[in-house]
Amino acid sequence: MTLDFVSRIDFFWALLPEIVLSCWAMAVLLVGVWEKEEPGVPPGNLRTLAWLSIAGLVVAALVNGWLYRVSGVDPSGMIALDSFRLFSNWIFLLGAALTILVSIPYVARQRLQAGEFYTLVLLATVGMMVMAGTRNLILLFLAIETMSISAYVLTAYNRRDAKSAEAGLKYFILGAFSSGFLLYGIALVWGATGTVNLAEIAQTIEAGAGFTGLLMAGMALLGIGFAFKVGAVPFHMWTPDAYEGAPSPSTAFMAAAVKAASFVAFLRVFLEAFPALYEAWYPIVWWLAALTMLVANLIALSQSNVKRMLAYSSVAHGGYLLVGVTAANELATAGILFYLLIYTVMTIGAFGVLMIVSGHGEERLQVEDYSGFGWAQPVIAVLFTIFLLSLAGFPGTAGFMAKIYLLQGAVESQLWTLAILLALTTVVSYYYYLRVAWYMWMRPAEEGVPTGQIYAPPFVRIALVGSAVIIIYLGVLPGGLLEGALVAAEHFGVSGGNVLTGLAR
Amino acid sequence: MTGLLDAIAYDTWALHALVWLPLVGMLVILAGPGERAKQVAFGWTAALFVLSLGLWWSFDPNGELFQLTSRMEWISLWGVSYALGLDGISLFMVLLTTLTMPVAILGSFEYIRKNEKAFYALMLLLQTGIVGVFTSMDLFLFYVFFELTLVPMYFIVGVWGGERRVYAAIKFFLYTALGSLLMLVGILYLYAQATATGAVPSFHFLDLLGTPLSLTEQLWLFGAFALAFAIKVPIFPFHTWLPDAHVEAPTPGSVVLAAILLKLGTYGFLRFVLPLFPEAAIHPTVVLTMLTLGVIGIVYAAWVAAVQPDAKKLVAYTSVAHMGFVVIGIFALTVNGLQGGLMVMISHGISTGALFLILGMLYERRHTRSIEDFGGLARVAPLLATALVITALASIGLPGTSGFVGEFLALLGTFERYPVMAGLATTGVIFAAYYMLPMVQRILFNKLEDPENRTMKDLSRREIAVLAPLLALMILLGVHPTPVLERMEPGVQAIVEYVDGANRTGPLAAAGLAEGERLGMPHGPISPPGRSGVDRSPPAPRGGEGEAGSTAWAWESDGLAVGWTGTWLTWQGE
Repeated sequence: MTLDFVSRIDFFWALLPEIVLSCWAMAVLLVGVWEKEEPGVPPGNLRTLAWLSIAGLVVAALVNGWLYRVSGVDPSGMIALDSFRLFSNWIFLLGAALTILVSIPYVARQRLQAGEFYTLVLLATVGMMVMAGTRNLILLFLAIETMSISAYVLTAYNRRDAKSAEAGLKYFILGAFSSGFLLYGIALVWGATGTVNLAEIAQTIEAGAGFTGLLMAGMALLGIGFAFKVGAVPFHMWTPDAYEGAPSPSTAFMAAAVKAASFVAFLRVFLEAFPALYEAWYPIVWWLAALTMLVANLIALSQSNVKRMLAYSSVAHGGYLLVGVTAANELATAGILFYLLIYTVMTIGAFGVLMIVSGHGEERLQVEDYSGFGWAQPVIAVLFTIFLLSLAGFPGTAGFMAKIYLLQGAVESQLWTLAILLALTTVVSYYYYLRVAWYMWMRPAEEGVPTGQIYAPPFVRIALVGSAVIIIYLGVLPGGLLEGALVAAEHFGVSGGNVLTGLAR
Repeated sequence: MTGLLDAIAYDTWALHALVWLPLVGMLVILAGPGERAKQVAFGWTAALFVLSLGLWWSFDPNGELFQLTSRMEWISLWGVSYALGLDGISLFMVLLTTLTMPVAILGSFEYIRKNEKAFYALMLLLQTGIVGVFTSMDLFLFYVFFELTLVPMYFIVGVWGGERRVYAAIKFFLYTALGSLLMLVGILYLYAQATATGAVPSFHFLDLLGTPLSLTEQLWLFGAFALAFAIKVPIFPFHTWLPDAHVEAPTPGSVVLAAILLKLGTYGFLRFVLPLFPEAAIHPTVVLTMLTLGVIGIVYAAWVAAVQPDAKKLVAYTSVAHMGFVVIGIFALTVNGLQGGLMVMISHGISTGALFLILGMLYERRHTRSIEDFGGLARVAPLLATALVITALASIGLPGTSGFVGEFLALLGTFERYPVMAGLATTGVIFAAYYMLPMVQRILFNKLEDPENRTMKDLSRREIAVLAPLLALMILLGVHPTPVLERMEPGVQAIVEYVDGANRTGPLAAAGLAEGERLGMPHGPISPPGRSGVDRSPPAPRGGEGEAGSTAWAWESDGLAVGWTGTWLTWQGE
């Protein structure tokens, strides 16, 4: 099917996954309201709502798959119909589905309002999908806000917990700041080029028609906005507190899918609108990448709270991904997409285990609480070890292949310093990931700590095992997905005819 | 024998089986009951050893350089292949591995008392990693296996080790990972350079062989690779992880570490570093540095070993000394030196493995590793004493034992080119007697004072079964090393001819060319158009970067190094 975007209905088809998911989110909200309220039990039949939400994500995924058969270019630039967007959508949908799956026991124990919680997750996902799927800066901003506002609420969702409220407030204030930067940047870019369509911005710059000073200022503000969103050092200050205070399912969702969406939008804006200004923005992103890798990994070393450690590790992974952004070639973009997918799976897996171990709510998060956990719960602990090794980028896991992909992108752009820095900071990260493993396996359980008692219903175990299987499988046989990511990254590079990519295909 | 092997098409599946069957064994152990785990593990590895013996006959010393080769696409996008192969060097490393594993497992029956299932499962996972390292022909695959050996060892040391086990485990892990990650960047650089010449992207060793690199590039890459392997060997001053890891590891862990894992490093030098970066490997400064570090390792480790009160730590330091002989043998780059290095690798594997096993047996009896707690054991435990004496003599390198053959050849090979270095290294043999014999004396002879020692049991049947094959091999290799040497020789000869010869010729170059032809590339995989793969002249200067080839012996822009090395060269010429 080819769309020419002359009739309105074409826009409907091109946006079908987002539309389906939006409607589904509202349905979940309504079902949540209609469920009978019983004293002492959170309103809404939790599991019904969760499975309903997952069904919505599956339907959206099916429609997303169908869109591969649809082609066409939207001249207005509102909707991008390329495999970059569709591939990114897989990441968001998978991230949301995994988050919902592992969150069920947590939401039940903490008596969160399930209907609204899942609705917010779905709406945030819609925001992400639009972020990946638009070439229009205004629509992009709206999508970012849709995602961000949902994320603010998700962070502050546990009303009974002061920490959660604090985290939500911090995240909201700094997030609002970054949105302000973004919007200001958009305004300046529009002032300089007279358009908010990414392709047209690129053409204007190419033709030398823009006002340079204004354009540079606008681009810088956009860059700062995105650096906030992806949590790059020194704009990362909100991440540890927001991640630590938020309810764990929200943290998993933010660390994985929200970050992925921010990177995808970052890439699209800078590679589609500003490829001609690569020389100008490349050194800044270079420094962001270097600083992020270095600082985040070093701070993560000293964390004794596993959740906070994972928060910093998430920042560190942002640094690795920024190496890909710096490289800005097709291979690196493919690497970022692949990395984001793997990263989503392994992060949510790790947080899933964390939610199982943490007891009733947010209690057992210290690394000492994992003493002896391995021999008490070998299956869960083996899964956790796999997630940790993958986060560390160890061979045999998908995290390794993802890092290699990023490194190849960096090598192609001759970014040797960043490549070596990536390797060295990875060694640093081994230490803090392995520390959890050594507490789990090499320390005896402390007296009087009920390590054996965990609450993990079968479907949570299945979700975790499934994630681990994905990680091992892609760590051993990544071939197909690597190629899929490369197809999705087509045209996403500032340097045109690159040797490696051309040959590899 | 050959007929039987042919009949079952042994050479088509043997290597794959040796790599992957341990993994299957791991699953079998995990699925089975915990109390049977050790029997299953021993049976499985013993069967694998029997299976690997076929390699001895299947490998034809007069045949091609690399035998039993196979190549399949693994990640076609990057040109990563699943390629296995065997030459005279890896043959013995594989055999050493398959022999050591059942011995180490049999030796751990008493020592490992908790979580047996997990322990033996990890041992088998470790075997997959090690055999994979020794047989992979693809650098990417090699790297994956190389790293894969880390995780099981980390847990073996960290869970079943001594008091400071966690510290030792994490130190071991981080040291090795630091080196290998930099090597990974080096591998990617090499790959990018090879691909830039217009060849099909590939990580295959033979495809990357002869990649045109300037001397500067070679030196940097040499550094990246050498650091990874130097930490693994370990070469002084990167050895500090070793005493900790060896001492804290449980007996089977120490055995595997000393007997096999250290060889990953020296094997890496032989297989990858020398042929891939030949100009760096014969660069006088590099050679001098490596030889000096090797000699320092030999002498320094011997001195440190001599004052250790802890027997296990003493043996750990002897590893550093022995590996020093391997290093000088390798970098002397003579056939004798390389063969000697290989023989030291094998004999060190056998003798140090046996030493750790014997110390483990003593520890099981007395729960101490301190030398002064023993004394006069020869009277109460004659069998154990005999075993220890033979092993110690083999470790020192007494003529008639395997240790002598290796050290003698390594020193001879070094003497051919660097007589002073060889002379300094020879003192290490004397020092070896100086640290080893007093230990033997204080443990076995002296007075039998301690009442606990009076009642010590001699070797049990199981323990005899553990030690007997090792002792037999020490003697056998000492008196009749020829079959081993003649199998190694083609591989060693090929490396020397390729690296040391001016034109990069010989079987190794031919193998690279043949691999290219197999892929359907007329000029060999890497050689740029218009240049034949066989008579590979020194790489043309690329883009004005350093002048390689004819000026390889002078390091431009570093007058100090040139003058210094010049002194050495003239001095050696006398």
